[in-house]
Amino acid sequence: MFYREAGDFKTSYTDDSQTFPIKFDRYRYYVVLAVAFGIIPFVINDYWANALLLPFLIYAIAAIGLNILVGYCGQVSLGTGGFMAVGAYACYKLMTSFPDVSMFIHVILAGGITAIVGVLFGLPSLRIKGFYLAVATLAAQFFLVWLFNRVPWFYNYSASGQINAPERDVFGIIITGPNAPAWATYMFCLIFLAVSALIARNLTRGTTGRTWMAIRDMDIAAEIIGVNPLKAKMSAFAVSSFFIGIAGALFFAVYLGAVEVGEVFGIQKSFLVLFMIIIGGLGSIFGSFAGAAFLVLLPVVLKVVGVDVLGWPTDIVAHLQLVIVGALIIMFLILEPHGLAQLWRVAKEKLRLWPFPH
Amino acid sequence: MPDQLIFAMEVILNGLMAGVLYALVALGFVLIYKASGIFNYAQGVMALFAAMTLVGIMNGQVPFAHLINATFGTHIHKFGWNVPAFVAIIMTMAVMVLLAWAVQRFVMRHLVGQEPIILFMATIGLAYFLEGVADLMWGSEIKALDVGLPQGINLWIDETTFNIFGYGFFIDNLDIVATVIAALLVTALVAFSQYTKQGRAMRAVADDHQAALSVGISLNFIWIMVWSVAGFVALVAGIMWGTKSGVQFSLSLIALKALPVLMLGGFTSIPGAIVGGLIIGVGEKLFEFAIGPLVGGATENWFAYVLALIFLVFRPQGLFGEKIIERV
Repeated sequence: MFYREAGDFKTSYTDDSQTFPIKFDRYRYYVVLAVAFGIIPFVINDYWANALLLPFLIYAIAAIGLNILVGYCGQVSLGTGGFMAVGAYACYKLMTSFPDVSMFIHVILAGGITAIVGVLFGLPSLRIKGFYLAVATLAAQFFLVWLFNRVPWFYNYSASGQINAPERDVFGIIITGPNAPAWATYMFCLIFLAVSALIARNLTRGTTGRTWMAIRDMDIAAEIIGVNPLKAKMSAFAVSSFFIGIAGALFFAVYLGAVEVGEVFGIQKSFLVLFMIIIGGLGSIFGSFAGAAFLVLLPVVLKVVGVDVLGWPTDIVAHLQLVIVGALIIMFLILEPHGLAQLWRVAKEKLRLWPFPH
Repeated sequence: MPDQLIFAMEVILNGLMAGVLYALVALGFVLIYKASGIFNYAQGVMALFAAMTLVGIMNGQVPFAHLINATFGTHIHKFGWNVPAFVAIIMTMAVMVLLAWAVQRFVMRHLVGQEPIILFMATIGLAYFLEGVADLMWGSEIKALDVGLPQGINLWIDETTFNIFGYGFFIDNLDIVATVIAALLVTALVAFSQYTKQGRAMRAVADDHQAALSVGISLNFIWIMVWSVAGFVALVAGIMWGTKSGVQFSLSLIALKALPVLMLGGFTSIPGAIVGGLIIGVGEKLFEFAIGPLVGGATENWFAYVLALIFLVFRPQGLFGEKIIERV
């Protein structure tokens, strides 16, 4: 009843090819944007920003990036943590070398550097596929983390081996460092997420996205109908790493402020982002959001229920979280291999016919 | 003989021993992959789970004690008895068989016919699940495991090499035992898959599920059996690694180390797993010895992966893997 395309007439080609062709979708999208940009910045406080909103925004960017590579192009990568580390360290080096340049430029450049590294580690994907590629990306993960740990140039020869984000501002508003107001950090990440999602959405429904999907569905057949696998795979690696690099830069500079690379960008992070896109839905931008929201919320909810309500010690809750995440992954793969995004699609289909389903 | 060369020889010997332990974990992967086409990421966690269960049973710990105490406010920790190692190993094996059954019944049966990558991700989920369960059951602190295997420097080798080179090699007794056990295990597994009825059925299933079904082989039974055998290999690996470095979370990470071993050797080949393990073991120890000091050390973290990556670019199916044939 609420969700239908009937009566929504398109009178021009631009109308027909817009991002959200159905009216209900479009309005919903505007409402979400209005709430995110117009309401949340005024009611946000430090707890909400640090516990939920910032991790959600940043992980959503990373999940979009990984989803492009895994969900759209079918190249499984376990190197997300390593690529996020590249973004973080690139951002750190840029921030400390050019203190006067705007943070926006730093973060984007960090993404660009990660894209180059991503392409470099993506080159073997031309020869190897499937599991073999997944394991090969582990090489990126371990090598990069080791590199940032062992080469002092990357952490500016600091004694602790950590990197700390110095205070930087955008248009006079402090964005990084301990004195940054919650709303400013939130807005900064939100802008990046909104633009990333827009770019990703439009890339995936255009020529580029279709070549990716052709490669994913059957690479040899795609090659035969004229898709250039070199271009398709490398562009997927580049775009994906670009987003992941931005996420890594934001994660370090805006969210954490101080990073010890092995701890923050270890293999666990790669799996976490991979789980987000499995639970959210492979090959869906909305799924990246849903998966990130789900896995950011889950530990918080478990902590509130387990520690605060039931009074269990924190380590039990942490173990229980592993069990639940593991079980959820398996359940999703069995019951709904296309994730939360598919549930949403089914719900929309139901809404369309409601209240007369036959 | 120059000192450097003698040191290098010692490094190679130690690398070979470490390689055997890698191969031991890799074997578990190969078994399941051959029989069901599933790449079992949870193999490392299974080793951790087996080792923790073994320690728990030996010390008479109450399973889930921590959780029970937190829920009901009780203070139970131990039954107050100690189980001898041999009995505990058999009991642990029973637990692993039970686990194999549960995995087959609740996970794999529902995923038959899915894409390999989906199955792979399911085993990652399984790995998380098992890790959580193991911690909940037995507690996550580091535990010492002692089933009576010899440990410490082998004096005979030390003395012999001292007499020959004027420098005594340090070889751990445990590594020697591990090598012997690994050799026995591989022989037993090869014999099992070549000469027994179940082994032949297993190979038939690996070859073609449907053809195997049509001649009356029970897929269910074979898969439970394969997972049990993998559980057994995990138990052996868990005992070895647990004795060497204590039973702790990092045990599950050896699974990640086994991956490049598999890539080198090829996923489908038992000898490949052994040879791959030896190459990786020797390679990373030698690299650390020769190049490590120049670049800041700890190259063991990534050397294996990069080696496998470079190798794969030239030979995508690994050393002994079956040739990959692609069709549209």
